[in-house]
Amino acid sequence: MKENKNMHGLMAEFAGEVELLAATKSAYDAGYRKMDAYAPFPVEALAEALGRKGTAVPLIVLVGGICGGLGGYFLQWYAMAVSYPLNIGGRPLNSWPLYIPITFELTILSAAFAAIIGMLALNRLPQPYHPVFNVPGFDRASTDKFFLCIETSDPKFDLPSARRFLESLEPETISEVTP
Amino acid sequence: MPKQRAMDVPDDKQDVSLLDYPTRLLPLKADLESVTETIGSIVLKPRERQPKAWFLAAGVAFTLLMIFFMAIGWLLWRGTGIWGINVPIAWGFAIVNFVWWVGIGHAGTFISAVLLLFRQKWRTSINRFTETMTLCAISCAGLFPLLHLGRPWVFYWMAPYPDTMGLWPQFRSPLVWDMFAVGTYFIVSLIFWYSGLIPDLATLRDRAQTRGKKLVYGFLALGWRNSAVHWQRHQAAYLLLAGIATPLVLSVHSVVGLDFAAAMVPGWHETIIPPYFVAGAIYSGFAMMLNIILPIRKLYRLDGLITERHLNNIGNVMLVLGNMVAYSYIMEEFMAWYSGDIFEQSSMAYRAFGSYGWIFWALIVINILVPQALWSRRVRTHPVALFFVALCANLGMWVDHFLIIVVSLTRDFTPSTWKMYYPTIWDWAMLFGSLGLFFTLMVLFIRFLPVIAMAETRELVSERNERK
Repeated sequence: MKENKNMHGLMAEFAGEVELLAATKSAYDAGYRKMDAYAPFPVEALAEALGRKGTAVPLIVLVGGICGGLGGYFLQWYAMAVSYPLNIGGRPLNSWPLYIPITFELTILSAAFAAIIGMLALNRLPQPYHPVFNVPGFDRASTDKFFLCIETSDPKFDLPSARRFLESLEPETISEVTP
Repeated sequence: MPKQRAMDVPDDKQDVSLLDYPTRLLPLKADLESVTETIGSIVLKPRERQPKAWFLAAGVAFTLLMIFFMAIGWLLWRGTGIWGINVPIAWGFAIVNFVWWVGIGHAGTFISAVLLLFRQKWRTSINRFTETMTLCAISCAGLFPLLHLGRPWVFYWMAPYPDTMGLWPQFRSPLVWDMFAVGTYFIVSLIFWYSGLIPDLATLRDRAQTRGKKLVYGFLALGWRNSAVHWQRHQAAYLLLAGIATPLVLSVHSVVGLDFAAAMVPGWHETIIPPYFVAGAIYSGFAMMLNIILPIRKLYRLDGLITERHLNNIGNVMLVLGNMVAYSYIMEEFMAWYSGDIFEQSSMAYRAFGSYGWIFWALIVINILVPQALWSRRVRTHPVALFFVALCANLGMWVDHFLIIVVSLTRDFTPSTWKMYYPTIWDWAMLFGSLGLFFTLMVLFIRFLPVIAMAETRELVSERNERK
C-alpha cells in the first residue's frame, strides 16, 4: 500500500476513558500491536491494555540511587582518609557515621536525576514534533477527549480493514494521521 | 455510616461527615472541561481581564525586592559589619531568616510527597501551590548563608572539587552537611515540581490563544502528547520521586537542627532539636501556605476547588504540628531541669525571664495559645480566622528561631562575654527584602503557571464519575 508510507496511522476519538479502555482492549485482541492511546490524565490499566507490562523507570532509579550513594561515600572517604588525612586527637580517618548524611543526600540526589532523565529518555522527550498533533481536535487530548491510534507500522495494518475495525468500536470521529 | 457522599447530593448544601467534617473535594457540576478551564484561565485570560489586585500585589512584592537588592549591594560593598552581629553573637538575623525560610519550604514536599504516598486525595488542589512555595522559599533561604560568608564570591570553596590548594571541605561538619542537604532539597524539589508540571504545560500549550504563549508553553512541555505509555512511565517516576523525597524532607531540617545541636552552646546542645525543627518547619510551611492560598482562593474564586474540606484538613495538620512544637518547648524546659546542668538551666531561665523574656512570652501566645483555636471546626473552615491564626504561627516560628539562635548566643559560659544583640536597619531590610523575593516569585508563578495541578484534578473528576 503506497499511501500508507505517508501516513502515521489511523486515529479514533472517544468521549470517555471507559470507552477508550474498552476500545484498546478490543484492538489488542484483534491483533494490533503498534498503537498508542492518548488521555488527559493517567488512566489505570490503559498501558497494560496496550500490551505494556511495566516500565524500566524503577530499575533506573535504583541504579541511580546506588551509584549516588557509593559515589558519595567514596568522595568523603577519599578526601578525608586518602587525599588529605588530618589526625585530630587520634580519631579514625574513616569516621563512617559522620559520612552518612552526605551519602544519604547524594543517594537521593542522583536517584531523583535518574528518575526524571530516565523517564524523559524512555519517552523520547523532548520531541518538538510528532504526527499526532496534526489530527484536528487532538488539542482536546489534554482536556477532555480520548484517542486511540493504530499506527501504519503495525504488520497487521491495512487501511480499509483498520478503518472498518475502528468504526466497529463506535468512536466519535476517525481521522488519518498524516506526518 | 455516612453513606451520603457530597457528589450525590442534588442541592448545593455543604456536605459533612458523621464527625461533622466537611467532605466535599470538588464542585457538584465539575467535569473535565470545567476544572481545566477554571485553572487554566487564570493564566491564559488576556491582561485586561486579570484582577487589579494582582498588579497591586506584584507592585508591593517588587518594591520589597528592590529593598533586598539594595541591602545585598550595600552588604557586598561594606561586609557583614553592617549587621548587628558581633562576637559572641556571630549568628544574627541572617541565620534566623535562613532557618525560617528552609522551614517554610517544608510544607511543599510534605504535601506533595508524604500525602501522595498516603493517598490523601485532598492534596491535589494545593500540591502545586506548595511545591512552588518550596522552591521560592529555598531560593530565599539559600541566599542567607551565602551572604553571611563575608566573601560570597568564593562560595564555591564549600563544594568538593580538586582545587589548587589541595584542600577539601570538612565532611564531618554539620555546616557542610547543610550545604548538601539544602542543595539536594532544592534540586529534588525542582525536579519533582517540573515533572508534575509537564502535562499541565501541555494543556496550556493546547489551550493557548496566541502564538507566543503556544510557543513558550510548547517549548516547556517538551512535546508531551498525553500518550498512555508516557503516562505510565511518568506515574512511576512521580511516585518514586515522592518516595525518595519523603525521607529527604525529614532529613533537611534535621541537618539544619544539627548545626545547632552539635555545638556546645547552652540552648543549642539538645537532642530534641532535629525532630523539633522538622515539626516546626512543616508547621510554618502550612501557615505560610494558608497566608497565600486564602487570598488567592478569594481573588480567583477557587472555592470550588479549594473547598472547606481542604481548609479543615490543613487546620487539622497545623493543630497537630503546633502541639508537637508545644511539646518540644515543654521538653526543652524539662530536660534543662532534669539534666542538672546549670548552664542549660540558666540559659532556659534567661530565655523566659531575662532581657528578652517578653519575646518568649509573646511566642507562647502567638505560637502555642492562638493556634489552639483550631480545635474548633468553625475556625478551621473560616477563611479570615484561619488567615489570622496562620499569620500568628508564621511570625511565631520566626520568633522561635530568634530565641534559639540569638538569645542563646547572648549568654555564653563566661559572664564576661555576655552581650545584647540589636538588629540594624540592614538586618530588617534583609528580612523584609527576602519576603519581597519570595512574593515576587510567587506572584509571577500565579500569573504564568497553573496554580492547581490540572491533570490530577481531572483524574479526581474521573474517579468521582466512576463512583456515581
